[in-house]
Amino acid sequence: MGFELTQEYILGHMNYWLFSVLMMTGLYIVVAKGNLVKKIVGLNIFQTSVFMLYISMGKITGGTAPIFPLDMEIDPDVIYSNPLPHVLILTAIVVGVATTSLGLALIVRIQEEFNTIEEDDILKIERAIVQAENAIHGDAMGGRA
Amino acid sequence: MLVLTAVAVVRMRSLFAIAMLSGVFSLLSALLFITLDAVDVAFTEAAVGAGISAVLVLGTLALTSRFEKPTKRSPALPLFVVMVTGAALIYGTLDMPNLGSADAPAQLHVGPDYLERSVEEIDIPNVVTSILASYRGFDTLGETAVVFTAGIGVLMLISGLSRRRRRDDEDDESEEV
Amino acid sequence: MRHHLILRVITKLLVGAIMLFAFYVQFHGDFSPGGGFQAGVIMAVAFILYGLVFSLHNVQRVLPPWLVHKLVALGVLIYAGTGVVSMFLGYTFLDYGSFVPSHPSSGQHYGILAVELGVGVTVTAVMVAIYYAFAGRPPRLSDEEW
Repeated sequence: MGFELTQEYILGHMNYWLFSVLMMTGLYIVVAKGNLVKKIVGLNIFQTSVFMLYISMGKITGGTAPIFPLDMEIDPDVIYSNPLPHVLILTAIVVGVATTSLGLALIVRIQEEFNTIEEDDILKIERAIVQAENAIHGDAMGGRA
Repeated sequence: MLVLTAVAVVRMRSLFAIAMLSGVFSLLSALLFITLDAVDVAFTEAAVGAGISAVLVLGTLALTSRFEKPTKRSPALPLFVVMVTGAALIYGTLDMPNLGSADAPAQLHVGPDYLERSVEEIDIPNVVTSILASYRGFDTLGETAVVFTAGIGVLMLISGLSRRRRRDDEDDESEEV
Repeated sequence: MRHHLILRVITKLLVGAIMLFAFYVQFHGDFSPGGGFQAGVIMAVAFILYGLVFSLHNVQRVLPPWLVHKLVALGVLIYAGTGVVSMFLGYTFLDYGSFVPSHPSSGQHYGILAVELGVGVTVTAVMVAIYYAFAGRPPRLSDEEW
């Protein structure tokens, strides 16, 4: 593979692995749990972990926040962290809250239509609807709704 | 702490507790962002995650149920998928630059260029705002449009229609505290 | 004796301070962490807090839904309008140098101010509109079942 497992290597990559673990936890919630509200919260956890991974790539050791002093006297020895990931993640956070709100609004409507927000129950109800449709209009549609 | 909170969200069944835990997760990640020198991002994440998202999840809980039903599926297949994806991610990050290295490719080209140009051209102390509003102003216009569209979408889905309210007049609760 | 007396008193004290902080964050986005998004969210939180403690009916008397729906569009209009104005002045879309041609960095200041204002207005209005939509539905669980 071409790398040695030195302590510096592990410390330098620990952040990627930690945030991957967090991402996988969020993904597990989305895939494995049946409750729709929990899935949305899991999606939020996934998104936030991705942001953490991205921001950690912009950090420079010994740097500071990318804000100049008020009188704009730039000290040439000061290192500033890279501001570009911050801008992109700022946009991503707001887009994330937009999707969360839309998802929650959909959940409220699903609750009103199916009277449940568990994924298994919704699948059962939908299959029952499909079978009822097939029984009524089966021949006209060739046996499948 | 972050991993503990995420694992607690996996295991708990009370949705009210999950709403609170998601707020806790957002605030903890805001702390992490501050140690990574991302102060604007920390500000936004704390405000949005603990302020808006938690309130919206609670509002959804008031309109749906409070507990999660125990699921009958086996967790074997999701665990397998998650393990494979996690292994692929870790394999992909094996040759990435160390955390905080100043000569990573990401720090070499556009970032320092913006930092220098922002002093002469825009002359405001907060570089993140100058990039957000001036150098990458189109992206911010698109993002505002996304927020606008989400608002319209939610209004189309669940704006309290007056005929529904008149129909529920018999069992109405006028005061929500 | 009305319920939740402590909540009511504290909310009356806090809502003004929260709005003031939102204005501070909006206009100091150039000098410290802040800007349009954060200010919009904080301002929306002031209204949401008032609506949670006092009823939804009261907060809708202060900020009626039709006004909120118009503000949602007004913010995007301000932002895109800034770009179009610079097009009318002969430059390209969203070129802030067009506002003060002799001193480009002053033009940048004006442009950034106008753009962040548009963003703040839209974000505030959208968050408040979403809260109105969620809270306007009759709830399924009564207060005792919580």
